[in-house]
Amino acid sequence: MTTISIDDIEALAVGAWILGTGGGGSPYLGLLNLRRLYAEGHRVHMMSPLDLADNDWVAVVSNMGAPLVGQERLADSRSIARAVRMQEEINSIKFRAVMSVEIGGGNGMQALMAAAHLGIPVVDADCMGRAFPEAQMTSVAIGDLKPYPCTLYDPRGIEAVVTKVPSWKWMERASRKICVEMGSIASTSKAPRTGREVKDWGIHFTTTKAIAIGRAVDAANRSHQDPIAAVLDCEGGQRLFTGKIVDVERRTTEGFLRGSAVVEGSDDDRGTQLKLSFQNEWIVAWRGDEAIAMSPDLICVLDSVNGHGIGTETVRYGQRVTVIALPAPAVLTSARGLDFVGPRAFGYDLDFRSLFAPPGAV
Amino acid sequence: MKRIGIDVGGTNTDAVLIADDKVVHSVKAATTADVTSGILAALKALRDNPAAAVPVDAVVIGTTHFINAVVQRRHLQRIGAVRIGMPASASLPPFCDWPADLGALVSGETFMLEGGHDYDGRPFMPLDIDGLKAAARAIKAKGLRSVAVASSFSPLDPSCENIAREIFAEICPDVAVTLSHDLGRIGLLERENAALLNAALHDLAVTTVAAFRKAIADSGIDAPLFLTQNDGTVMQAEIATAFPVMSFASGATNSMRGAAYLSGLDDAMVVDVGGTTSDIGQLRHGFPREANAVVEVGGVRTLFRMPDLLSIGLGGGSHVDENPVRVGPVSVGYRLTSDALVFGGHQLTATDIAVAAGLIDIGDRARVAHLPKHLIGAALADAHRKLEGDIDRMKTEAGDVPLLAVGGGAFLVPERLAGISEIVRVPHGDCANAVGAAIAQVSGEADQVFRDMTRDEAIAATRGIAEDRAVQAGAARETLKTVDVEDMPIAYLPGNALRVRVRVAGAIAAPDIGAAA
Repeated sequence: MTTISIDDIEALAVGAWILGTGGGGSPYLGLLNLRRLYAEGHRVHMMSPLDLADNDWVAVVSNMGAPLVGQERLADSRSIARAVRMQEEINSIKFRAVMSVEIGGGNGMQALMAAAHLGIPVVDADCMGRAFPEAQMTSVAIGDLKPYPCTLYDPRGIEAVVTKVPSWKWMERASRKICVEMGSIASTSKAPRTGREVKDWGIHFTTTKAIAIGRAVDAANRSHQDPIAAVLDCEGGQRLFTGKIVDVERRTTEGFLRGSAVVEGSDDDRGTQLKLSFQNEWIVAWRGDEAIAMSPDLICVLDSVNGHGIGTETVRYGQRVTVIALPAPAVLTSARGLDFVGPRAFGYDLDFRSLFAPPGAV
Repeated sequence: MKRIGIDVGGTNTDAVLIADDKVVHSVKAATTADVTSGILAALKALRDNPAAAVPVDAVVIGTTHFINAVVQRRHLQRIGAVRIGMPASASLPPFCDWPADLGALVSGETFMLEGGHDYDGRPFMPLDIDGLKAAARAIKAKGLRSVAVASSFSPLDPSCENIAREIFAEICPDVAVTLSHDLGRIGLLERENAALLNAALHDLAVTTVAAFRKAIADSGIDAPLFLTQNDGTVMQAEIATAFPVMSFASGATNSMRGAAYLSGLDDAMVVDVGGTTSDIGQLRHGFPREANAVVEVGGVRTLFRMPDLLSIGLGGGSHVDENPVRVGPVSVGYRLTSDALVFGGHQLTATDIAVAAGLIDIGDRARVAHLPKHLIGAALADAHRKLEGDIDRMKTEAGDVPLLAVGGGAFLVPERLAGISEIVRVPHGDCANAVGAAIAQVSGEADQVFRDMTRDEAIAATRGIAEDRAVQAGAARETLKTVDVEDMPIAYLPGNALRVRVRVAGAIAAPDIGAAA
């Protein structure tokens, strides 16, 4: 068990935004909540998933909804804590710890916000190792673990539970409807997991990883080194392309933000273009007709100057960016994993080809 | 159309007269602590030229006065802050992300009330009218004279903020009220921050604009007064009094707009080389390209429309180090005319190098005759290398583009740079900022979320609102042009929800048509 420092949290906000691969919303408001909680004397502790007992209960939290709504209804740490309490009440259980469904974006901060109020540690793990747009795009869905119940909370005192569904897809559909009625934002606590399940199907040490990435970027910026090289060194990633955003096209289909961004090359990539397709998150990078990187490998678009993440909602014409790829957690690149998060899960008729050597046995 | 443009900068107050699209005369005077006498001196110098002593249609002033007040923590007042939108967002109250010193200086009392809206226009909670009345009474009792109100999704539905204004007008009519929807877009925290800063500058805005008016009246000029705002367009003085934050970035913007006007180029890179820094930006359709990211003012996050500028420590007053040879970033600043070698001082500056190289002829050339050729060459090469690299960083297209070189230190820009098709220098380039003020346009902006509309319909509807706002702000409707359109579908929302932002700008209407907003 370690105590997470406020410096760790500042670094986590930077690292989680990079691991968000364009989606998940900026972690800034979560960071503000945690600065305040720490100023009030709260501290968050973090435990290894390996230290969980098999019969411990672990809460899995996420703030669900549209990033734009999150800019007007600001993240409140008490809301996510209440969603967790609802799970304890309806299941008559006590949670040992709490984890985020996704480390990427604003949800990377939600588990810490809940933990500060609940007085339980966060688990150094998540269910994506990045961010994805849909509820069934998780390691626990790939593991075919029970998808219900899910609690949803709105600070006006609206509390909802999706009691039972036949599949993770149905959980996505039913909970999304409730979320939209609540104003397209809801604090949610997903199906509780046992310690055994987290050990078997959680993606481990991703909070530590996000903090390390954030620290590397900050250190590089402070010493005027290349922050992008720092991210690549940290994660064994590859630099794909450097240039300027010259076109952004977005459309809403089936309730998601889909579209593409075109990067025109500079430096070594001068005279060429890279096209990025997205569904909330960056999904495929194209050089002409050739897909050179694709989900579940992480495609991250970073500010070329400070190395910070750039979201698919905020990417804009003229931004100077560096596109990098980072290796995906092994569970996502397994045959069953690719059914959930491979290019075909996003409608691209592509066989997954990783940029990275197959990861060794975990 | 005859207009006087004035730029009140940190060092100089510049004034120009533009008549029938030509610069008639331009002058520089020293900025003074009281602002007024500097403007008076500049106007007197300007109108000492008989060609410039003519009746004018408008006076337009650009100033860094208000942003300096925030940065330097001076002349700010204590305010009331009203947040509407409880019970959401409760853990992040007003001032929550301000630097502690600034928050302590400005924060009077905070009220968090129920009300506000959702993204689709549904009320979030019924507005707490009794709470607003109690807040107004408390603000009155505390003697606060200015208040900022921010309600959730007020850019879509401002009714909660408007009701708050009515209640304050009834209970404490002397209190100035800033409503966040007048200042910002979606993004409650950043919009609220803009409103809080604006409220804190209220008294300063009243006295400063009054000083501007007095200087103009004392000069015997009878013409309406405008102030320039961040995006290179103007607002009427009455509006500037109510919204001082809108002028925050007007200095840099004016110099880029002035450069565009003087050269006739609408799409170009611009470098404004001053005494201490060079500001590099890009003109698109005659306006500065705006910054992508959140802009911090005095440590406070805002979403102001600010030009995307890269400031580097290179100017006419930059120190030149000899071993290794390096120009800047330290500068003699306003002491150039006493500290530089050519002016009898003892500090080797970029200006001395330029005089020795024969690029300019100011001061006493004999005092730099001893400088070795290799030092002159190496110093100029260092300045050129810095400019070349940073201008390329700011470019957003691969081909060669023209570069406008303006400002008092523009002699440091060489005749040829990689990635630049030509270096354009213009007469009156040293007063480009005052020219930019004189030629500033009037703009209007709208930012709305639509559902179940085609993209074209939504953009047309938004443009109509923006045009009405521009006309209300004093623009001539027939001259309005769209300068920015941005549309963004909203993830997860049903009904093909689309957020559209449109900005239009046009010429100032003839004085008798300009309607007060």
